[in-house]
Amino acid sequence: MESKPAVKDRYTDLYLNNIASIEKGSSPFMNSFRKEAVERFADMGIPGRTNEAYRYTNLDIWFRHEFNSYFMPGPGDFERAAKFSCEVEDLDVHNLVLLNGFYPSNNGKLRQPGSGITIGSLTENHYGRYAASDTDGLIHLNTAMASDGVFIHVPRGMVPDKPIQIVNLVYSKEDIFNQHRNLIVVEDNAEATIIICDHTLSPSRFLTNAVTEVYVGRNARFSIIRVQNEHNNAAKLTHTFIHQERDSQATSINITLHGGLVRNSTYHYLGGEGASTNSAGLYLTDKTQHVDNYVNVDHAYPNCTSNQLFKGVLDDVATGAFNGRILVRKGAQGTRAYQSNNSILLTDDARMDTKPQLEIFADDVKCSHGATVGQLDENALFYLTSRGIARREARLMLMFGFAHEVIQEIPVEALRERMDTLVMQRLRGELSRCASCMVKCG
Amino acid sequence: MNGNICQGGLFTLQESTVSENMENDSDKILDEVTSGDYKYGFYTDIEADQIAKGLNEDVVRMISQRKGEPGWLLEFRLRAYRHWLTMKMPGWANLKIPEIDYQDIIYYSAPRQKVAPGSLDEIDPELKKTFDRLGIPLDEQKHLSGVAVDAVMDSVSVATTFRETLAEMGIIFSSFSEAVKEYPDLVKRYLGSVVPYTDNYFAALNSAVFSDGSFCYIPKGVRCPMELSTYFRINAANTGQFERTLLVADEESYVSYLEGCTAPMRDENQLHAAVVEIVSERGAEVKYATVQNWYPGDKNGRGGIYNFVTKRGICKGDNSKISWTQVETGSAITWKYPSCILKGDNSVGEFYSVAVTNNHQQADTGTKMIHIGRNTRSTIVSKGISAGVSQNSYRGLVKVLKKASGARNFSQCDSLLLGDKCGAHTFPYIEVDNQTAVIEHEATTSKIGEDQIFYCNQRGISTEDAIGLIVNGYAREVINKLPMEFAVEAQKLLQISLEGSVG
Repeated sequence: MESKPAVKDRYTDLYLNNIASIEKGSSPFMNSFRKEAVERFADMGIPGRTNEAYRYTNLDIWFRHEFNSYFMPGPGDFERAAKFSCEVEDLDVHNLVLLNGFYPSNNGKLRQPGSGITIGSLTENHYGRYAASDTDGLIHLNTAMASDGVFIHVPRGMVPDKPIQIVNLVYSKEDIFNQHRNLIVVEDNAEATIIICDHTLSPSRFLTNAVTEVYVGRNARFSIIRVQNEHNNAAKLTHTFIHQERDSQATSINITLHGGLVRNSTYHYLGGEGASTNSAGLYLTDKTQHVDNYVNVDHAYPNCTSNQLFKGVLDDVATGAFNGRILVRKGAQGTRAYQSNNSILLTDDARMDTKPQLEIFADDVKCSHGATVGQLDENALFYLTSRGIARREARLMLMFGFAHEVIQEIPVEALRERMDTLVMQRLRGELSRCASCMVKCG
Repeated sequence: MNGNICQGGLFTLQESTVSENMENDSDKILDEVTSGDYKYGFYTDIEADQIAKGLNEDVVRMISQRKGEPGWLLEFRLRAYRHWLTMKMPGWANLKIPEIDYQDIIYYSAPRQKVAPGSLDEIDPELKKTFDRLGIPLDEQKHLSGVAVDAVMDSVSVATTFRETLAEMGIIFSSFSEAVKEYPDLVKRYLGSVVPYTDNYFAALNSAVFSDGSFCYIPKGVRCPMELSTYFRINAANTGQFERTLLVADEESYVSYLEGCTAPMRDENQLHAAVVEIVSERGAEVKYATVQNWYPGDKNGRGGIYNFVTKRGICKGDNSKISWTQVETGSAITWKYPSCILKGDNSVGEFYSVAVTNNHQQADTGTKMIHIGRNTRSTIVSKGISAGVSQNSYRGLVKVLKKASGARNFSQCDSLLLGDKCGAHTFPYIEVDNQTAVIEHEATTSKIGEDQIFYCNQRGISTEDAIGLIVNGYAREVINKLPMEFAVEAQKLLQISLEGSVG
């Protein structure tokens, strides 16, 4: 049973009432998916707690809330968005700034920053092919209602000179519900590194439902790093589908620094022999925040490798969830799949639910999963304090060391260093607000 | 000592298996294993007292009436039955369960005996022969074997041994229906206290129609001098077996309990929905071991027992302990999660399991450890072995409640795959609500390493023996937890079922 039909109907009605304006603003190709998607959404509804994948995350209060505007970026202050400067110094990237999920230049206008790549508003080809789900109605809701997002295309054999950064800003005086949609196509032998930063600029209540589809061609390399730093009144639901071809490599890293409710679903499909994937996540939560990481790794072909590493520190009354699933299909011999989830609870009221899951239908495999929930090691603390390090500082060092294991997976050096600083600040409680943010969190 | 319960194996290899040129012919070896016979597939022709097929309130009343039960128990049954009607068959398990027609089952079948047996001599010789064939020491002559047995055939407890010896120490060990008559207060106090009839679909069904089972009570400070054991046998066709075991260990007592099960080979599926409740009071320790060897169906997946069992123990008092050990080799479908509620401070829960599935068998088994008291500890060791086209799942929950400070859990669940058509799955749930908890979970899935076999071959050990060696080493941790004489049997059972199943 999913959440109340009334809520579902509200979103279906919303679609029906606004379909004309949604369709006007986006390409006919995208529009061609909407009808079927809204029907599937009507079947499935908003996932409730009885949906196994959403067992530990309650979306009810978010979807029951009356958001003022669901689609348009309100006054659409793109100029303001352009002024937003990223905090990461020395990070040399192709920068894109999105406001409320809309690409600032007009729809359809593409940028070609050299190296043969194309960045721009969402267009066709590959669209809607990988984001499939039989259980999660939110994905279909996104397909039905998203009107814009980013499209990145890296042609065969091309290697961009620098990473591409997408800054997702949410700004509105009203409470709004956004639907982002991104499509990234990395063709055979090409390479791409994408950094996605999520920020909120105003204290209103936001709900974002983002779907990112990624196609990684044969022998291509792809990395996606998400840095989430939103205020406590924002809910961010991301669904990332990474479809990999033979011998490709993909890395997905989610760093959650702040956010009221964050749910990251990452679906890795290893669709060719010799593909490898690396999925990692770090969540640092406090106050009433809730972070849920859902990872689904689908080994459909032989000799693929996957690695999952998710770590988190939970403070105050924060709650966390992890649900990692490894599926090894029949015939996917020679699979190597590993999974690990470690969490530290700092208070009696923090809570962690974890569900590392293996489903294996082939025999020549090596799969393992491990999960731990605990606190900082007293022996290690003692070791440090006996060497004259203050207890508080020693705790920080241990937590930092714990978190650093995920950060060191980041393939971009400047970002890695910046993340180290941010995480340190975050653990010290100094990151209650970001430099360019006017929201007073907490 | 005679291995008593379920000796021998699920698959008995024919002599020819151990032929010389077998080493690299994995297909052939697998074939041999899967074509092994089920040793306990015989049927005893005993006149049985049965009621007609079907389930309704009258049937529930009739069962209660035949057993001469007091009013409160009938009330309990009826409440359970009415609740069951409102429930739906659970679909969350990783199992493909064909639709079960609950009207097509005989809910009560008892081996017919003119009078209640006063001593073992009065038991139907045919019946006794059955248990002799199974190697169950019903005969008190076998005093030396040191195991007290309660034998349950189809639905009814047919014999309980050593009652007098035990009674001297104040230990009550009897069939459930006798206990209802003789110790109604005890039964009334504990029945449904650990597994209420509202708990789940099969527990509700069992509460409505349970026919018999074992009841055991260990008084304060008593250490039970021998292993207690219940032996379950389904004999008649078209029947379901619904027994109920209630085990109460009072303060500072100790008991080790065993159960074993077999059934005849039939083409149809038979339902077994049992409930086991354990209460462990302050300082008490209960060890509960199961060697489950119900008929698993033939190699095409025809027939076999549906084993849908609810087992749960509560560590009610401080410093109490419950330990579950199971060796699961039989049943077409197994749905079973022996659990511990760790309510008392410093209480300990343990779960050790080896689950073997072959051919078309399906198993979804595991445990739940609910940490409520302070400084509670739990250990889970689960070893799954799947072969043929079987599916073997581990499903477990470790839950640490808010007040359970100092809780500690260690879980390990490993799977071994023999063949490329079977599946091994792991669904662990970990829910932690207390910062002082230390929870660890680890799991691996793999097949037997070629290098390990090569290593053994190199030293002159045949592939067959090498696999036996490796599988036994793999399951050792669990087997070691079984009482000595059963450990030997279980080891044999494993060796016979799995020897040489991978080349």
